[in-house]
Amino acid sequence: MSISEKTDTSLKATALLDLHQELGAKMVPFAGYSMPVQYAPGILGEHRFVRSSAGIFDISHMQQATLEGPGAIAFLEKITACEVQNLTHGKYSYTQILNDKGGIIDDMMITKWPGRDDKIYIVNNAASADKVNAYVERHLSTDTKMLPITDRGMIAVQGPKAHRLLADCADMTFLQWRDTTVLGTQCYVSRSGYTGEDGFELSLHNDDIAGFVKKLLAHKDDIMMIGLGARDSLRLEAGMCLYGQDLDEETTPIEADLLWSVGKRRRTKGGFLGADIVQRQIAEGVMRKRVGIIVHDRAPARAGAQIVPKDGGDSIGVVRSGCFSPTLEKPILMGYVDINHVKPETQLGIAVRGKILPAEVTKLPFVSHKYQR
Amino acid sequence: MAKQYSEGHEWIEVEDGIATIGVTDFAQQRMGDVVFVELPEPGAAIEQGEEVAVIESVKAASEVFAPLSGEILDVNTNLTDNPALINEAAEEDGWMVKIRLSQESQLEKLMTAEAYEQFCAQ
Repeated sequence: MSISEKTDTSLKATALLDLHQELGAKMVPFAGYSMPVQYAPGILGEHRFVRSSAGIFDISHMQQATLEGPGAIAFLEKITACEVQNLTHGKYSYTQILNDKGGIIDDMMITKWPGRDDKIYIVNNAASADKVNAYVERHLSTDTKMLPITDRGMIAVQGPKAHRLLADCADMTFLQWRDTTVLGTQCYVSRSGYTGEDGFELSLHNDDIAGFVKKLLAHKDDIMMIGLGARDSLRLEAGMCLYGQDLDEETTPIEADLLWSVGKRRRTKGGFLGADIVQRQIAEGVMRKRVGIIVHDRAPARAGAQIVPKDGGDSIGVVRSGCFSPTLEKPILMGYVDINHVKPETQLGIAVRGKILPAEVTKLPFVSHKYQR
Repeated sequence: MAKQYSEGHEWIEVEDGIATIGVTDFAQQRMGDVVFVELPEPGAAIEQGEEVAVIESVKAASEVFAPLSGEILDVNTNLTDNPALINEAAEEDGWMVKIRLSQESQLEKLMTAEAYEQFCAQ
């Protein structure tokens, strides 16, 4: 077998790099950063610990920015199908930046800054940052600016014990966002996450992050650092999309089963890039849809594997994300499937290494969410 | 006979013309948690350099290429229910296949434990 290990000294570092290395993390390049894929417990152990207890994720590679100016709301309503006008201030919202074909440029979280109609906080994927910035520049009007936030990093604290360790935030409800103090440290905090568990995402000044994380890690029996490997299996169990795998510029929010994130007013009124296509798909339906699939076998199916009818035959879809589910102890996957085969309990086949693995469509999420609404 | 090692990160233990083969501890550490192992059928002929097994870890599938030619005599069926054996005991209970060797001269190209250690340190 081949094992390659490249060292790339041109990678960017987050404020937690020293801590990751002290803990013996296995570091990998990710979106131009050196990031931990796992620590000593390993991916399965870390995954299970988040579901049973709590974990801290370094997500400082993600791009934080603000959109500022009198045209900020109008601008965001032009490039996304989000309900921004009537969005409550300090409510964290999931949306996608669209191109003129209704295709997804990136997915992101946004919130209207408390008390301001001219400032919106946004968080994008690290890997999409350059593309998003260029796209925004092209479509910005003169009365709005996009200002990347470069002196702050982000962490996520996720799991059933998270609220006990962050008592200052325990009164927040799901998707509430605050600019406040937690454990004596200034931060932007939201009750949100990418694991399906209850938890929080915190933006802190780079100088404060390591100290903050170490305070949490002192609760040795309750919380540990979690790497990108477990982050991926957790979000897949939660049925959440990863841009670049489950979402791309050739996929619309309707095909991606993200209609819930399209504002009701936006569905009828339009007024966003790609609205004509999105509105048509809402009215007439789509040819393919993102679904969750459970494999009745032990072999995991990975991105790119073809989905076929139960007894074989021509491809009816493709796997976009797949992994072994530590919670269900079965391989799970998300893929895009021909619209005639998307009903839950539809039996399908997944072509892996010359074999057809038996599988079936299932409702998402694979593991139910624990949000504190 | 002492264990020998291949550049493909397999360990080989030969007795009476039968080689027991697995992946090394170094390999399992790099792969991470193993969740599935695809093994060949006993009775199949295998050529040196041919794919003989696939190890699925949480992150990726790794092909294992046969370090030696011969006939598959036995496979470690414990790996079906307990693929984690490869992480826990890669060079003992985590063995993968037993091959009756057809060309014992191929053994000359393998490395000693010391040479393998140096190879990994590169």
